Parts: sequence; C-alpha cells; structure tokens
Amino acid sequence: MSDKKHYKITVNGKAEDVIAEPRELLIYTLRERLNYTGPHIGCETSHCGACTVTIDGKSVKACTMFIAQADGKEITTIEGLGGPDDLHPLQMAFKEHHGLQCGYCTPGMITRATKLLEENPNPTEEEIRFGMAGNICRCTGYQNIVKSIQAAAAEMNAAKEAAE
Amino acid sequence: MKDEVTSREDRIDALGGMGCKRKRVEDARFTQGKGNYVDDIKLDGMLAGDFVRSPYAHARVVSIDTSAALEVPGVLAVLTAADLEPLGLHWMPTLAGDKQMVLADGKVLFQGQEVAFVVAEDRFAAADGVEAVVVEYEELPVITDPFKSLESDVVLREDIAGEGDGVPDGAHGPRKHHNHIFTWEVGDKETTEQVIENAEVVAEEMLYYHRTHPCPLETCGCVASMDKVNGKLTLYGTFQAPHAIRTVVSLISGIEEHNIRVVSPDIGGGFGNKVGAYPGYVCSVVASIVTGKPVKWIEDRMENLMTTAFARDYWMKGKIAATKEGKITGLWCHTVADHGGFDACADPTKFPAGFMNVCTGSYDIPVAYLGVDGVYTNKAPGGVSYRCSFRVTEAVYFIERMIELLAIELNMDAAELRRINFIKKEQFPYKAALGWEYDSGDYHTAWDKALKAVDYEGLRAEQAQRVEDFKAGKTRSLMGIGLTFFTEIVGAGPVKNCDILGLGMFDSCEIRIHPTGSAIARLGTISQGQGHATTFAQILATEIGLPADSITIEEGDTDTAPYGLGTYGSRSTPVAGAATALAGRKIRAKAQMIAAYLLEVHDDDVEFDVDRFVVKGAPEKFKTMKEIAFAAYNQAIPGIEPGLEAVSYYDPPNMTYPFGAYVCVMDIDVDTGVTDIRRFYALDDCGTRINPMIIEGQVHGGLTEALAVALGQEIAYDEMGNVKTGTLMDFFLPTAWEVPNYETDHTVTPSPHHPIGAKGVGESPHVGGVPCFSNAVQDAFRAFGLRHTQMPHDHWRIWKTANELGLHD
Repeated sequence: MSDKKHYKITVNGKAEDVIAEPRELLIYTLRERLNYTGPHIGCETSHCGACTVTIDGKSVKACTMFIAQADGKEITTIEGLGGPDDLHPLQMAFKEHHGLQCGYCTPGMITRATKLLEENPNPTEEEIRFGMAGNICRCTGYQNIVKSIQAAAAEMNAAKEAAE
Repeated sequence: MKDEVTSREDRIDALGGMGCKRKRVEDARFTQGKGNYVDDIKLDGMLAGDFVRSPYAHARVVSIDTSAALEVPGVLAVLTAADLEPLGLHWMPTLAGDKQMVLADGKVLFQGQEVAFVVAEDRFAAADGVEAVVVEYEELPVITDPFKSLESDVVLREDIAGEGDGVPDGAHGPRKHHNHIFTWEVGDKETTEQVIENAEVVAEEMLYYHRTHPCPLETCGCVASMDKVNGKLTLYGTFQAPHAIRTVVSLISGIEEHNIRVVSPDIGGGFGNKVGAYPGYVCSVVASIVTGKPVKWIEDRMENLMTTAFARDYWMKGKIAATKEGKITGLWCHTVADHGGFDACADPTKFPAGFMNVCTGSYDIPVAYLGVDGVYTNKAPGGVSYRCSFRVTEAVYFIERMIELLAIELNMDAAELRRINFIKKEQFPYKAALGWEYDSGDYHTAWDKALKAVDYEGLRAEQAQRVEDFKAGKTRSLMGIGLTFFTEIVGAGPVKNCDILGLGMFDSCEIRIHPTGSAIARLGTISQGQGHATTFAQILATEIGLPADSITIEEGDTDTAPYGLGTYGSRSTPVAGAATALAGRKIRAKAQMIAAYLLEVHDDDVEFDVDRFVVKGAPEKFKTMKEIAFAAYNQAIPGIEPGLEAVSYYDPPNMTYPFGAYVCVMDIDVDTGVTDIRRFYALDDCGTRINPMIIEGQVHGGLTEALAVALGQEIAYDEMGNVKTGTLMDFFLPTAWEVPNYETDHTVTPSPHHPIGAKGVGESPHVGGVPCFSNAVQDAFRAFGLRHTQMPHDHWRIWKTANELGLHD
C-alpha cells in the first residue's frame, strides 16, 4: 500500500500536515502520528466512545473516521481542553465527584460532556443520561459521572453569570 | 511550634488516613488524557502483531500458506505452530493445570482460535498480512453443549485422549470420558441425599448461569521488547498479576527470571479478563526475539469477546430441603461446567471450581453436597472470575435463586425465609457445611436495616395491589421485588490451601521513608481503576502518622515491586492491604526506638499518637514522625541501623467474608418485556471502611455490571460454534440511559483476623447484584405461577415468559 496522500488538519489549535493512506483511521493519526494518546480505542465500531473528539463543533468517534474524511477540519482532543494550569471545569468536577475509576473512558467522556454542556448549559439528569449514552463506562455505573457533569454545569453557569 | 497548638482531631484530619473520603491522586493524569496504558507505549522501531484466527469452531488445519502474506509491503514475519515447536512454545501451560495451543497445532477447537501471528511495521500492514495468509481447514463435528459432549464419540482433545480404552487422569484427578476434565466433590453426599429424600419440603431446579465476558473498556495487549545486547526481556502488558506473569514467562521461555522485567502500566479495567496468560503474549515475546525489535500486540474488541477469558457457563442442578416451617435442612448441587476447548480457568490450583463451595450462602445449613464436572466443548477457553472471587458469583446466584424457589414451595415470604435461616451473630466464626470458616457477620441487623429502609411491607402491599389491578385490566405493568442476601469469600488466600501454579497467594508491601518525612510504598498488587494509589496511602497514613499526600504508592513493575500475586478476587485490601498495615507497624516499631532515644526515655515509655510518639503521661514531650524520619538518616543512634524501611509479606490466616443486603424494585411492561428499575438499595458490610467515596464508586460500578449480566449480557453461540455476540452491537454494555441511581448503605463488622479489619468490597455488588436483578424479574411473575426462568432477562425473554404464562391472552 503506497497511495499516501497529503492531509491538513488542525489539532488543538495547531496546524498539522499528515502524509498517510486515506484508509488510515483518524484515531490512529491522532494517537500514533501526532502523539495525542488521550483519546483511546475501545471498540472500533463507534459503540463505546473512548475515542470521542470534537470535530468542527461536533462530537465524533475518531475510531470510525478516515483521515481522508478529516481533511481540513478542526479537531479538539482532551489534551486541548485544559492542562495542569488551566483545567476545564469538567476535568475538576470529575475528580471532585469521583466520576472516574480506571480512566480509560474519561477523555472521551469529558470531551463529549463539553459539547453536551455547550449545546445545553442546564441539562436535566435525564438529558445528561441521554446525551452521554454514546459513551460507555465499565467502572462507575455513571451515577458519579452524572453528578460530575451537573456540578461542572453549575460551576460554568456561575462563572458565566459572574462575568456578565 | 505549630504542632503544640493543633488539636488531635486536626492532626487526624491532616493525615488523610483511613475512613476519610480522600480524592483520588490518580485522577489528575486520567482527566487530562495523560494516562499511560499499554497501547500508549511507543518504543523505537516497534512492530505490530496481529492474529490469523480460525473461522471454524472445530476443524483440522490441513495447511497454512504464508507466502502471499510475506509479500505484503511492511510484513516482516508470519509465525505458525511449526515455527514455535522447536522452541517448545507451540503449547503453553494454563493456570488450571491444563495446556493450551499458542498457535493451532494441527487443529482448532474454537472459533477465533489463534492460527498464525503476522508481524509487520504497523497494524494496517499486519492486518493486510492476516488477510493474505491462506489456511486450508477440514471441518470436524462441533460440540457446544457440555451434556452432549460427555456422551459424544468425537474426541475434542486428542492430545490428552490416551490410547486404547480408558482416559488418562487430568490435573485434578480421574477423568470419566475423553471430553471430561475433572470431577470435584465437597461435602457429605450420602447424608445430604438422605435428608432430601426424607424432607418435608424440597425445591428443585436446573439453573443455567449463562456464559458472559468481563469486557473491560481497554482490551488485552502487550509490548514485548527483547534487548539482545544485555539479554533482558521487558514485557509491558495489561496484567492483573505481573509477578506471576514474569514467573510463567520464565518457566515457559527458559529466560532466567532476573532477566525478565514485567510492567503493568495503567490498566483500563480488568474485571478478571486480564488475569490469565494469552497466546498474544507468547507470540509477541517470540516475535521480538526473532526480529530483535519491540513488538506490540493489542487485541480488538471482537478478539477480546471471542477469545480471551469468558466467565460463568455453569449448569447448576440444585435441591434444597426444609421443614414445613421453613428451616433449611440440606442443600445439594451438581454443576456441569463448560470450560471450552482448553481448561484455562483462573482458580487457585486446589479449587478447580473455585470457591463454588461457598454456595450454602448466608444460611445455617446443617448438611450439604457439591459436585462439579468440568467439560470440554468447542467454545473459547477461560472461566475467569468476572468481578468476583473465584466462581463466587455462580455460588451466590445458585443459593439466592434456590431460596426464592423454596419460598415458592413453602408459600412463604422470601425475606422471612432468609431471616429464619441466617447464621446468627453469635455463631461466628462459623464453620459452613462445605468447609469454609466465615470470619464475622451480623446478618440479621443488616437485613432488618435494609428492609426497613425500603419499607418492605409497604412494597409488598403495593405489589399485591398491582397484581389485582393487572387482573382487573387496569394496568399492563407488573412489579417485582428482588431480594438478595449474599456472603462473599474473598482475599485469596492462605498459602496452606491457595496457590496458582505452585505460587502461594500471599501479598506484599515494601516501604521506604525518606529523610524529610515523605515515603514510597510498593506493593505486589496492581490497580485497574480501584484507586490503590489513594487508598493504600490512607492505610499507611493512619499506621505511620505521615500524611497520605506525602506517600507515593507504586505497583506493577516487577523490577522494583515486591513479589505478590496481583489484583483480582477482591484480594488487594484483604491481603496486600494487610501487608501494608504490617509493614507500617514495622516502621512504627523502629520509629518508637528512635523516638525514645531522642526523648531520652526507655522504649516502653513512649506511645504512638496519630502522627508522633509522646512520652507517656507527658504529652508535651513528643517527636513527630517527620522528626523521627529525619533522625533516622542524620544521626548515629546506638544499636539502630540508619534508615527507615520495612517490608512485609502477608500470608492471611483465613479468607474474609464481606456480606450485604440488596433490594431491587422493578416495573415490567408485560407487553414489551421492558424493565424499569425504580429503586435499588444496596447495603454492604465490607468490615472497616478505608475510603467511603471509593467504596460507593465500587458499589455503583459492580451493580451496573450485575445489571448487564442479569438483564442481557451474554456470549452466545450457534450450533456451528459461531459466536453470535462478538461486537458491542450484540454484547450488552449498559449506557447511562439504562442505568438507575443506586442508594448505598452500610453496616460495619470488622474482620477479626485482618490487621485493620477490612474485608474487600470491589466485587460484592456484582456478586450480590446479579441474583437481586434476576430475583426482581422472577418475583414480578410469581403471582402468575412462574417458578424459574433463565438469565439473561432481556426484553424478548421477559416477553416470552409473560406470553407462556398466558398474560397476553
């Protein structure tokens, strides 16, 4: 296989040039070529959500998207949400409310939750459960994930109010 | 000095020790995408391995042609059994005393079996190579039913069939048939059968605990790296027992153990899936030796579900006898255990059916018998403990269903039947009919607390009203009340009766206190999400008086951690947790001598107080542990070696026996079979509680895995041996949408033999949860004559039950 092509993507604000076969899965590009190992591989069939990233403002499962489909797009991974000096409220809330155990689903879970709260800043518990149903967690039973998202929403809304 | 004005309570709080809801130290890296799981490991020149797998469940391998695969760009090598045979690695020992093909040696015994291993520059090239390997098979008759297997002329395991009549013995004694693995019997068969024969009331049923899979979100995998210059093999992998893996790799490869370093990095959930040794590990090691480069093998989800480590698959025939008043007089169980093509169960050697003999449960049953026959079939090997101590899930499901069936037979309330048969508080330590000695319990208190919390009588009244309304045509919904009272047996275990491949199931902790009063502790266990770095530091904080935040916990690197048997079967707290406490006490003993020297008094004249040693009767005279740590390094103390370190290898005197009382309230739509869990109350008694936040999290997670198993999750086969549930489309993992909120509660009955009284909790909710969900479904139909229906209770099966009971007429 040598039909490599040139793709341009932006990851966490940084422009990246990728020479790859079109069939290469985006999750592989992110993890193996660009070293963003936050998003994980859990199923490669779009069921588990461990690979969730944000692409042009939408939650996308990077395990079932080819690099060719991602050409020209803006991608945000967990690494782009916040680091040691500027944690995202969701990153803080997951720790505060024990919203994770083994941590494998966590990057995808938090990345998805950022979009959920962007689309719906005041979700009910039911809306959170429905909106997060594309992300599977095997450890927590979701109860503390729901709690974490509720707490982050409250925190973000309070910060927004204070800023206004 | 600040210490002098700080209250004792404040000093206790400052430690962050046992009993507090300490936030997890693991979470910073996980929430920022900086975990380090095996697939995150990148080494220079690393290659990728991938398997050619059998599409057939039973077939001869006539030929394997690798020539086209070797032409695929990027493919470097293709290994087959013929390549492994000269090294003696085409077969490997299993944890159950059997052996298993690493790569198909002449035949395949289950769908998905490893046939050839393709090594390539990246995983895409490896996958292309897999496609290009041509294997010719000759199909053989397939057996997926263990009962038929025991009567079939078809020989599944020709390698151990022997010659002529008779079958050679197996690892666990005589075998009855060429497809039979072992018979294991415990208890008094004759007396039990007499009791049942003469009993006033007997309930009898065949319970099938279906085959399922632990399915952690991260699949199994490894990176093998053979450094030919210094002769050292490093093996990174998703190992729940890294030290045991090192020993196994050494034994089968001949590489001396000091030249093998096994590392378990962050593990994305285990639940039993990552206890065993798999062909991928062996092939990666061989491929690294052959190519001189690191080789990574990560299974995909379908491979995970189809091949590595199924759980359950027990056919349990039960009989329970009682007086007319409901006093249980005897329990009988015979189990046919489907082990698949190879016996690769992960149980302590002397227990081929694990601790299934805890199946007398929480009840004072005078006489009992358990017989288990293990059988080969054309299904994947495994038989691991999916979030439970060895086969305890099966045992608890068995007794908790038999109790319900007996209640039906007696026309009695199932809660009351449990109550009158519980082992009483004053009977502990209690010697059960099948041999175990339960350490401690207070079942009546826990049960009463649970029933009161849910207003049990109110629920039964509501349920009765619902049945009336249903019969009157006012509703199409029924209500089920699921009850469970479970006793687990965890913390394997005492070396006198627990070993795996001859390795005693002790565990270990090694502590080094640094001069400035911080510390590192290393353990023989390995966290897969349980939060060991958080909770073991809490145990130590309380034991040695240094803040948990000043203590690093490290596990999983066999070059640095003391030897231990790893994390599964809820053994970390009962065994390694005890080792941690005892190693801490050794530190404290030395610290006491140092403190006495510094305070110029006799050793016996100082006593430990939270974070310091004080002179007895003169609390203003003290040395803090921080000061003592510094003294251990900065001055010569007569008769005492410099430094402050300790190690403890802990061989537990007994198992621990956590217990709990669960109640599930469920509504069932009779016309669709859809279940709605309205309420779930879980009371757990795991003895001393180290971190209530983590305990609650474990309970939520275990209950959710229980919900999955009871209500839909299964590994199903068709008659050809095809796996019907090989993807997450077919294999049920609950999402946030299907899962209720759980109410957690607790009582505390410490283990009398454990240094801190802790019993372990990670698996209790799964063990107790499965029968509770199942009992709720079955209870909903009790008023309409249902005795028993097999799990998993998915919507279709529930609809079918309703239909068979005539509820759609």
